[in-house]
Amino acid sequence: MALKTIAGVEVKVTEDGYLEDMTQWNPEIAKEIAKELGIELTDKHFEVLNYLRDRTIAKEALTIRSVGKSGIVDIKQLYELFPKGPLKFSSKIAGIPKPTSCI
Amino acid sequence: MKNLVILGAGTAGTMMANHLRPKLYLNKWNITIVDQYKTHYYQPGFLFLPFDIYKEEQVKKVGKKFIPKDVKYIQKKIEKIIPEENKVELEGETLKYDVLIIATGCKIAPEETNGMIGPLWKKDIFDFYTYEGSLALREKLKDWQGGKLLVHITEMPIKCPVAPLEFSFLADSYFRDKGMRDKVDITYVTPLSGAFTKPTCTTALNYLLQEKGIKIETDFAIEHVDNDTKEIVDYEGRRIPFDLLVTIPTNKGDEVIEKSGLGDDLNFVPTDHNTLQSKAHENIFVIGDATNVPASKAGSVAHFEAETLADNIVLYIDGYPLKKEFDGHANCFIETGNNKALLIDFNYVTEPVHGKFPFAKIGPMSLLKESVLNHWGKLAFRWIYWNMLLKGIAIPFVSRNMSFKGKVFDIKQEKK
Repeated sequence: MALKTIAGVEVKVTEDGYLEDMTQWNPEIAKEIAKELGIELTDKHFEVLNYLRDRTIAKEALTIRSVGKSGIVDIKQLYELFPKGPLKFSSKIAGIPKPTSCI
Repeated sequence: MKNLVILGAGTAGTMMANHLRPKLYLNKWNITIVDQYKTHYYQPGFLFLPFDIYKEEQVKKVGKKFIPKDVKYIQKKIEKIIPEENKVELEGETLKYDVLIIATGCKIAPEETNGMIGPLWKKDIFDFYTYEGSLALREKLKDWQGGKLLVHITEMPIKCPVAPLEFSFLADSYFRDKGMRDKVDITYVTPLSGAFTKPTCTTALNYLLQEKGIKIETDFAIEHVDNDTKEIVDYEGRRIPFDLLVTIPTNKGDEVIEKSGLGDDLNFVPTDHNTLQSKAHENIFVIGDATNVPASKAGSVAHFEAETLADNIVLYIDGYPLKKEFDGHANCFIETGNNKALLIDFNYVTEPVHGKFPFAKIGPMSLLKESVLNHWGKLAFRWIYWNMLLKGIAIPFVSRNMSFKGKVFDIKQEKK
């Protein structure tokens, strides 16, 4: 665990830069993390990010499929919004934990 | 008389029948278990069939043998659950229930991916998550001349998330033993960001793939299989060629869950993570692979769940509050090839740790480290499964909740 200042706020992050505590998140932090990943956030991005955060608060496991069926974007559009890492990058920007398996 | 109905006589359902029969009065409660199939498979054994380590007869037995005699066993297809009327429709028969346990498991759905079931299915594309798939793959491997082997995960969640890694390790050993490892190129393809996604495991285990010369392709979310060019293609148009594709297709809950309107988009039943009560109906409980709880879909998880659920069913029947007890505990052997295995122990929130198991500091088994003893533990587990686990006999010294005694949380890189 490490501390990092993002958009003027000191937040706890994991080794690979995911927020440890999703309540420390705000849209400005999202924009800055996105910028590091080369992504300029639009309203559509934020719709996806809010969906991811809501599902995480509801303690549901997230998959590319479930986002694709969310009614917000399909899988192709999700890739267009978050190239190279539709779930990995979107999770990072949304301030939620990195998608993992059991090991 | 009241009725408790269990749907599914797999690992979880059979354990529940065995746990509950002694706990419920014979003159007050009928217990009925329903499954359409006669055969009970030892599913962890499917991993070993393709490599000829296990034979057919070691992984299947008649399911009824494991059901207590005072439990009614109905071998019929389940058509629909009607929770509003507390009824289950079977082929030509309707059952009324006071308490229902859903243990219908999950299975592969290769039809979810375009081109997976096409001209190459069971010719150059195989699964090993079914008995038939595993045997077909065994025949294929017998005289395969080598080439590019992909071990591929379509999407999470899957049953036994470590099985594809184990398959890769065992394939490495298998082709080495055959003296043809140099003719086989093994690549592990995952939709996740690595073969090991938990930091403790990445640190401790990353050497394994390298040591065995297994390549890895990460963040690959398959869009379709191109049968003409023999490539898998992802949503960004990335293409990976194969000569032999061993895939773990999408895993879904049973279609009866979908027909009954009880599941999520993958037919898993929304279930309380700690009590195992279904979220929609208080007299419906869910166990094993059928739930949507974020624990591994594995027999060990079902085993730990069964102990909590048996207590909770009794509490529910007697009108007491349920225990919020289940912690997502899983305990898995991971075959790493060359007659060695790892053992991991974790739960919803705690990552796999180092240490000894089941006795703090004594072991004899080591967690998160390769050893020959762990491999024998895995093989011995088949005996435990048939003779203890299914019958609901507690495994000595292994508790339902994860124990933190004697475990090391500060993980250092594995030294060879």
